[in-house]
Amino acid sequence: MELFLTAGSSPHIKAPDTTQSIMRDVLIALLPTTVAGIIFFGLRALVLVLVSVIAAVAAEFVYTKLMKLPMTIMDLSAAVTGLLLALSLSPLVPWWMAAIGAIFAIIIAKMIFGGLGQNFVNPALAARAMMLASWPSQMATFMNPWPATDLVASATPLPALRYGAGQVPTLFESLIGRSSGSIGEVSVIALLIGLAWLLYRRIITVDTPLAYLASFAFFAWLWGQDGLFTGNVLFHVLNGGFLMAAIFMVSDYTTTPMTRLGRIIFGAGAGFLTMAIRAVGGYPEGVTYAILIMNCCVPLIDRAIVPSAFGGPKRQKKEADHA
Amino acid sequence: MQNGVKRIPGGVHPDPRKRTENLETVVMPLPAEVVLPMQQHIGAPCKPTVKKGDRVLVGQVVGAPTDRLAVPIHASVSGTVKAVGPRLYAGGRHITSVQIESDGEQTPDPAIAPITTRDPAEMIASVRDSGIVGLGGAGFPTWFKLTPPPGNTFDTLVVNGAECEPYITSDYREMVEDPMAIIRGIKLVQLMTGIRRVLIGIEDNKARAIDRLIKASEQDPEIDVVTVRTRYPQGGERQLIYAVSGRIVPAGKLPSAVGVLVLSVNTVSSITAWFETGMPLTSRRITCDGGVVAKPQNVRVPVGTRLGDVFDFCGGFTSHPAKVIMGGPMMGVSQFSLDNTVLKQTNALLALAPSEINQEAESVCIRCSRCVTACPMQLMPSTMNRLILDGKSEEAAAVWHLNDCIECGCCSYVCPAARNLVQSFRYGKAEVRLAERRAAQAAAAAGKEK
Repeated sequence: MELFLTAGSSPHIKAPDTTQSIMRDVLIALLPTTVAGIIFFGLRALVLVLVSVIAAVAAEFVYTKLMKLPMTIMDLSAAVTGLLLALSLSPLVPWWMAAIGAIFAIIIAKMIFGGLGQNFVNPALAARAMMLASWPSQMATFMNPWPATDLVASATPLPALRYGAGQVPTLFESLIGRSSGSIGEVSVIALLIGLAWLLYRRIITVDTPLAYLASFAFFAWLWGQDGLFTGNVLFHVLNGGFLMAAIFMVSDYTTTPMTRLGRIIFGAGAGFLTMAIRAVGGYPEGVTYAILIMNCCVPLIDRAIVPSAFGGPKRQKKEADHA
Repeated sequence: MQNGVKRIPGGVHPDPRKRTENLETVVMPLPAEVVLPMQQHIGAPCKPTVKKGDRVLVGQVVGAPTDRLAVPIHASVSGTVKAVGPRLYAGGRHITSVQIESDGEQTPDPAIAPITTRDPAEMIASVRDSGIVGLGGAGFPTWFKLTPPPGNTFDTLVVNGAECEPYITSDYREMVEDPMAIIRGIKLVQLMTGIRRVLIGIEDNKARAIDRLIKASEQDPEIDVVTVRTRYPQGGERQLIYAVSGRIVPAGKLPSAVGVLVLSVNTVSSITAWFETGMPLTSRRITCDGGVVAKPQNVRVPVGTRLGDVFDFCGGFTSHPAKVIMGGPMMGVSQFSLDNTVLKQTNALLALAPSEINQEAESVCIRCSRCVTACPMQLMPSTMNRLILDGKSEEAAAVWHLNDCIECGCCSYVCPAARNLVQSFRYGKAEVRLAERRAAQAAAAAGKEK
């Protein structure tokens, strides 16, 4: 009896997680905050989410077809990008702007650099930065959450605190998300449920979010309203795009460093820049640019940090000192 | 009993699938013939000492060593030599092999007698005659290991009972079925090497083995059973040494650099068998398992038995196997033919169903860094993979420590993009060796011209 047998390199078995299953878990983690956004901002939020996701996936589909590349939309990463972009937009942004943003994210920020794993900046944040530059007023006009009667909000919490205009939400309002802001950034509880899912499924580790939080909190305290070391740390953490970024943006695989030390440097740098922009920069919100700037540092960080192998020179010395 | 002193970095926890752990070892009936390749060790191939038509007895030398890292090959059955010639093996090379037709008598070589010498140097020399190699994997000759390299001394013997690969239970069965043979073997090794301190490392999911060995070593204060966390690759030499003793073997060095000698439990018991009976290593216990094997079990088979014969004895295949592997699913070698034969270092034979093996196509790296977290040698698998595929293997070695890779497979195992990381590292290492050889040749040629 002669059997046809497959020969191949070890290992012959593999853990069940795939790129697609990871992206699916990210989508699941984004679901609570998406639902919260739709509850507070209504149908327009739903339309923006749908338009952005569909535009992102369609852009990747068309690009791969035109360029005769292997079809990659089933890895779900384009859907994640589209959803992240929609969640970072004001519910009052016109649908076509969201569509252009999503197409920019996929084509310019991702596919041109080689697609998944090759983009050097976070595509959703790059698109958001492009939209901030192109349509500054539409991007900065927010609406009051349900059940308010007047549509357009005077200001979101961050400028409210900074310039004293409009209403600063209470802690409770921030927690459930009854404040004005981007679709997916208002409900702290919904975002934390998403974080819990990502941690439970071991999609992300806490190192980058914690480094980001620690550094951000320190500088929020440092650059207070009434001079040094008077800042309202909790307010800064719970309002604006910080939490969304801490959970879903600084933990992005492709645009953050590969080593733990690198990720901690990344998080700390992003925390400093976010707060620097919020406190002394020209914008009330600094998350987008802070992370984009740190994204650009990732190749440098990954080049600079070469871990010593187990038994390599550095580690040996450390153990010897220990003993 | 004591607990391991250190946690190994990285590692993975694949489903153990140790379905054969509670099954008594079965002795397989004699096969009609055996094929003995002349290279079952890391040294040069042995030179056949028999020719077609010769009559051989069990334990008789059929291949004589030609260099220091080779050990003799012995007939595992009595009978007639049918052929001596090259055969293709899973490594992709032709190796001279001796094919013996069994006469069914199993007549032992009359010269075989217990080894009575207790002079350390003579004992070590006799271990060479036994043909024993490390039974866990690479086939490193045991006698060679027993003498530390110049400048090093041994102070600790680590007996490897971790058995961290999925499916395999051959070491476990040895510990459960005959713990005293292991203890007696340890004493022989102590005599040969002068080592006093002995640590037997066993993963904490093998409670019965731990129990048996603690009882067996009760009278010996120098022997300690150390439980280590169940985690692959806990049984890797460097990993186990670190876990049980806290010592770190320097990169590029052997365990002797930190005074440690590592032997697997089956190697230790085969030393016992050699001294007590004088019968060389001609049979061994292997785990025969996998989704398509009808009757998974541990079997004792003569070295040189056809893989097909072992599977037939275990009830044959319930459906077509997707892969047949010699060794475990993490580091074992896939076989292209069931006519290949059991080697001295074969600890398992697996016939796996399509659902058990990785059949995903490679996709792009998403930089998730799971490989970095999983690497027990603390390397950067994704970075090395990219460099090697870019033709920069030497940079991967010089900057990113490619040559420290132990090819355990953790990185490929966790990769969500199913990248063939380990495969690329083997290729990269070969590229580096080639470049070094070319450089040496060029230097030699330049020297001659002057």
